[in-house]
Amino acid sequence: MSCAQTILDYGLRAIGIGERLLPRSDFTLCQHFTLIGSGLIWNIYFGALALITGFFFANALALAKASPNPWLRKPAEWFILVFRGSPLFIQFFLAYFLFLKLKVVIPAMDWLTAAWAGALIVLFLNTAAYSAEIFYGALRSIPKGEVEAADAYGMTGWTKFRRVIWPTMLRLGWPGYTNEAIFLFHATTLVFFSGFPTTRQMGDSLYYANYFADKTFNPFIPYPIVAFYFILLTLTIIGIFGIINRRLNRHLPGETKRLKYRPQIIR
Amino acid sequence: MFSYCADPSTLEGLKWMSCYLTTAKHMSLYWSFLTVLTLLAITAPAALLFGFGGASAARSRIAPLRWFGKAYIAIVRGVPDIAFFLFFVIALDQAFEWVRHQVKCPDWDEPIRQGNDFIVCQAAKLPLGNAPQWIHEVYGFSLAVLTFAIVFGAFAANVLYGAMRAVPRGQIETAEAYGMTSRQTFWRILVPQMWVYALPGLSNLWMVLIKATPLLFLLGVEDIVYWARELGGTKTARFTDYPHGDWRLWYFLALLVFYLAFTKVSEVFLDRLMRRLSHGQATMGAGS
Repeated sequence: MSCAQTILDYGLRAIGIGERLLPRSDFTLCQHFTLIGSGLIWNIYFGALALITGFFFANALALAKASPNPWLRKPAEWFILVFRGSPLFIQFFLAYFLFLKLKVVIPAMDWLTAAWAGALIVLFLNTAAYSAEIFYGALRSIPKGEVEAADAYGMTGWTKFRRVIWPTMLRLGWPGYTNEAIFLFHATTLVFFSGFPTTRQMGDSLYYANYFADKTFNPFIPYPIVAFYFILLTLTIIGIFGIINRRLNRHLPGETKRLKYRPQIIR
Repeated sequence: MFSYCADPSTLEGLKWMSCYLTTAKHMSLYWSFLTVLTLLAITAPAALLFGFGGASAARSRIAPLRWFGKAYIAIVRGVPDIAFFLFFVIALDQAFEWVRHQVKCPDWDEPIRQGNDFIVCQAAKLPLGNAPQWIHEVYGFSLAVLTFAIVFGAFAANVLYGAMRAVPRGQIETAEAYGMTSRQTFWRILVPQMWVYALPGLSNLWMVLIKATPLLFLLGVEDIVYWARELGGTKTARFTDYPHGDWRLWYFLALLVFYLAFTKVSEVFLDRLMRRLSHGQATMGAGS
């Protein structure tokens, strides 16, 4: 079977299009690359959606945590503490069993126990908590002078927030947020190893790599392929976030042209 | 455990609970908390050692060593850690068996990889086929520890590499001016001073390490996640004296609380340590 045929058969296997059965013997390198690559669809799906939706929630949480009103501040603090203080792996399990219970009470909610929805919710909440902490830190390090300048121009409330505070917060928090985005994509590989079942063997890239490693008992081919794909993904994320970073910093004199990826804060 | 536990079907409420929570399997669950703590106690220094090696290699003057150090840091950081966990557990196992095979059965002529099988001679099996169960468990656990140390060693190497570069240049130049060799400069000037710069990163790493311990489950070790799943599942009266429904939610809730408490305590402790270490130093952390 030619490689083009393999790609046609298995290129979209992870979302259920193409050949029904996974290859069982005589694995070729092409099959490795194609199936693991098709699994990457799930990683990108989870990562991208959680990142985009989590971004808005993270902004709200960061503002709530910085708010003087305890009714807003306390819940935000607790939320961030719980999601940052416990392992994502345990959160996945907990959420899955919670959704199972919910399914018994309300049968119409059974879609929550599927990975595409349930795991996405957990990832969304998790990344929101981590990002909120980054944005909160950025919010607190906004130079006083900028806020005073906004006051001097007579800006208040929403205008001041939208034109001065929010852009500055994003600008300051962006390197940390880039790091968080990269780790979020890495975390998506946990989904199918933590309770959430796969339907008809539609899994993510690590799921397929694990499948190959189990069948061939040779870890030296599938896992380096996963590594290769994820390094590409990481470079793409750094590229995209670098473009946004340039736009956020475009009013500043030349120094911060490039986003320096020197991660210190890891999760 | 208690004397009134002899006939569980007659028990009610709190008494039932106290008997249920002290069954032999629950004792295994409590022991597995110790497994987690043991893992942390061994992995943390081992990862620090790997990290120190990696960071020293990354700033070495010998080019291949430097490339190796930098590649180690970059690759492990760029790839999901659980991919590494799954990879190293098999890869290390096969590497050990392969080396033993070369040493112990030199006149073996069949290939080691036959199709989908990895076949070494009987004497090279690790652990040996006739070894008792606990040897198998200890071997599995040590593989897990080594894997954790390699992965977190790369994170630690990243932190220590940054810390080594953060030591003021003047300090090194002064040492050179005194005529110290580069080895002396490294051990007497650089290493003692880098720790305070490394501490924020290392304490962050400690938190990450705590939160990575449930992944032991994926490495085939019978850890707390394994037991929580085992014990929490629905039990019918036919197989156990303590029938109950699906309680996995509550078991995992307990694990969540355990980890929250653990990270919180660590955070308080590390904050205090940081304040003590940066006492009197002219860094941002001091004096506040």
